[in-house]
Amino acid sequence: MRRWLEGLRELRQYPSAIGGMALIAFLIALSVYTVIAIPYNQALDLWRGGEEWRMHPINAGPVWADRLTGGNKPETVLVSSADADVREAGFEGGRQVRIPLAFNYDYGDFPSEINLFLKTEDTDREAFVRLSWQTPDGETIPLGGRRIAQEDRVSISQNRALEARLGVSPHIGLFADALDGDDPSPQAGRYQLMVDAILYGEEASLDADLAVYGRVHGIAGTDHQRRDIMVALLWGTPVALAFGLLAAVGTTVTTLVIAATGVWFGGLVDATIQRLTEVNIILPLLPILVMVGTLYSTSIWLMLGVVIALGIFSAGIKMYRAMLLPIRQAPYIEAARAYGASNSRIIMRYMIPRILPVLIPTFVTLIPTYVFLEASLAVLGLGDPILPTWGKVLNDAQVQSALYNGFYYWVVSPALLLMLTGLGFAMLGFALDRVFNPRLRTQ
Amino acid sequence: MSAVRSSAQARGRDGPLLAVQDLHTWFELRQWGFLRVGSVRAVDGVDFELARGEAVAFVGESGCGKSSLARTLLGLHKPTRGEVVFNGTRVADLRGKDMQWYRASVGYVQQDPYGALPPFMDVRRILSEPLIVHGISSRVERERRIRQVLDEVRLSPAETILDKFPHMLSGGQQQRVVIARALVLEPSMIIADEPVSMLDASVRVEILNLLRRIQTERELTLAFITHDLSTVRHFADRIFVMYAGRIVEQAPVDELLAHPQHPYTQSLLAAIADVDAANARQQREVPGGEPPSLLHPPPGCRFHPRCPHAIAGVCEVDDPPQFEPRRGHRSACWLHR
Ligand SMILES: Nc1ncnc2c1ncn2[C@@H]1O[C@H](COP(=O)(O)OP(=O)(O)OP(=O)(O)O)[C@@H](O)[C@H]1O
Ligand SMILES: [Mg+2]
Repeated sequence: MRRWLEGLRELRQYPSAIGGMALIAFLIALSVYTVIAIPYNQALDLWRGGEEWRMHPINAGPVWADRLTGGNKPETVLVSSADADVREAGFEGGRQVRIPLAFNYDYGDFPSEINLFLKTEDTDREAFVRLSWQTPDGETIPLGGRRIAQEDRVSISQNRALEARLGVSPHIGLFADALDGDDPSPQAGRYQLMVDAILYGEEASLDADLAVYGRVHGIAGTDHQRRDIMVALLWGTPVALAFGLLAAVGTTVTTLVIAATGVWFGGLVDATIQRLTEVNIILPLLPILVMVGTLYSTSIWLMLGVVIALGIFSAGIKMYRAMLLPIRQAPYIEAARAYGASNSRIIMRYMIPRILPVLIPTFVTLIPTYVFLEASLAVLGLGDPILPTWGKVLNDAQVQSALYNGFYYWVVSPALLLMLTGLGFAMLGFALDRVFNPRLRTQ
Repeated sequence: MSAVRSSAQARGRDGPLLAVQDLHTWFELRQWGFLRVGSVRAVDGVDFELARGEAVAFVGESGCGKSSLARTLLGLHKPTRGEVVFNGTRVADLRGKDMQWYRASVGYVQQDPYGALPPFMDVRRILSEPLIVHGISSRVERERRIRQVLDEVRLSPAETILDKFPHMLSGGQQQRVVIARALVLEPSMIIADEPVSMLDASVRVEILNLLRRIQTERELTLAFITHDLSTVRHFADRIFVMYAGRIVEQAPVDELLAHPQHPYTQSLLAAIADVDAANARQQREVPGGEPPSLLHPPPGCRFHPRCPHAIAGVCEVDDPPQFEPRRGHRSACWLHR
């Protein structure tokens, strides 16, 4: 135990170890925060997508990336009737409601979409709604009227009649200052959407929510299903670390124990292990995983099981064997036999601990290779069907041709996290190699 | 005595502690893992008895099979032929608990103290291991025994030693830990295989004295292996001289040193007698010639190719039996015929 502590203390001399540990600490902190802030079930629900994301824009980039490049792209503006100055008047058998949804708009670009969400309660029959749009310079554009269902969505930006009238998409036309120009720019100032509704029923009420969708959103942006990519970036962290760690522990421990068992018993046991390893080494891991994923399930735990199972008789056995063979002859092992230590005790307590320090660096650098493996599988479309992971973000991006469409953020942020993970463990691994493998020391 | 009580312990109180009969340990040499090409006859027909509380020395040049004999006695090699009888019980028949009892009864001190200690364990752990293996689960009891045995090998205060790792100790201290480990199970016999040959000359006598003192205090049987006849006098009661896997001469120490009978022993003694002479280097080469091959030992007396007194027509034909040229002094040489 003390030797390990001494080793750790020595690590402080290596800047790469400090950097690596800082990166790993950051990733661990992020994981802990994620698991607490977005509980597992909630994360799965969110990532399934749907109505929860209706107020989010489609394919919006990160805010900071736009601001850093001096852009002034719009963020999503939400206006609710709850905050509006609602006027009401009663009539025989119903009520007339007027909701002014006003907001300030001061961005350098047009919104990406405009939706109005309406919800009526206690109505006797379908309500009727008439909408009109008021621009900062006082112009009023009627948007037409229609009956609405109890919960309804009015897609103003999809209004074909309006588009024909304006000559451009409504979300541009309603904001442009001069429609005749070739290159319209949005007008800054206070806009207002007036909702005039006729509700049938004494107790009837109407809620209206206007969403003027922006072109940038949050830290990570959104994807084609309006989902905040941040959810997957956050949840990808614990999943990646857990997968990498479990796979690395699983394969290293089993391989080590089997190699030590072969070396200790020698003869037929050793020969069998050697032959199994040689057969296993030529089995290709990725195609087998693809096959399992295609035929059975792409559950991350099944993949983990297959990775560990195929990793048991991996090439590592050859390396461990070479390291353990001289240890088998060590006088201290002979002494242990002389006082009656059992075979399993000799393997677990006398042989394996001897090479453990040398394996720590290899083990640490092994973790990110499994993280990458999981991401590769996800990119190939064999990601876990329900879990949000970095690889699945990359897969979505690829399927949606993100790079072709200029949504660089969609690819860059998960890739960056993968690289940070690899870098963190690699930097720590190299420093550990120096500490635990004295031959590599410079002094 | 030991942690494991057993039926084997009760038997054979009166006879010798250890009796070895016609013991052979051959190592098969194989080519490509299965083709037998011959056997290395490391131990090739050894008979002797050790009484309780007796210290004996096995002497012989390098490669004559001393360590192989020690390992066979410890049960680390299976004898090819012959018997090791401990306390009246055949060791080959011991199973389970009885075998553990035998393992606790025989302590082992190795040649290279650093190699004999696991480098990743501290002294406390090293000394706990045999106790744990033998089922002493109480930490307090283990600590008590460890401290007692550390005191016995003069490693005190225990606090300064217990938490140290082998590489932090001097060679002498390491060997004391090895001896402590051999003693911690309270054995009735210790086998020490060249316990000082890898140590600094300054601590050799100290360690030998320590072994001798513990042996007398505990009334242990001590089998002490060495290739250095000069140290034997003070640390053993009897000497066995080994040559090519066999015992060629055996006698009490003073008797053997004063009246060596076998030509091989005589040349060994001549070598140390001349240590201070100007031609020491050359004299050390005595006896001249190559040590015999254990794979194809010479016919007849194994020493005859190097023997200055070889009798033509006898020594290269027949194996000499053990003669008793003087009382209590046996020698396997046709000269005593
Ligand atoms: N496990 C083994 N397998 C094969 N041959 C062995 C084995 N152990 C020992 N030998 C051979 O047996 C012979 C005797 O070796 P042993 O170690 O018993 O000699 P020794 O008298 O202890 O020598 P030294 O003084 O050098 O320690 C040697 O030729 C050695 O090569
Ligand atoms: Mg030896």
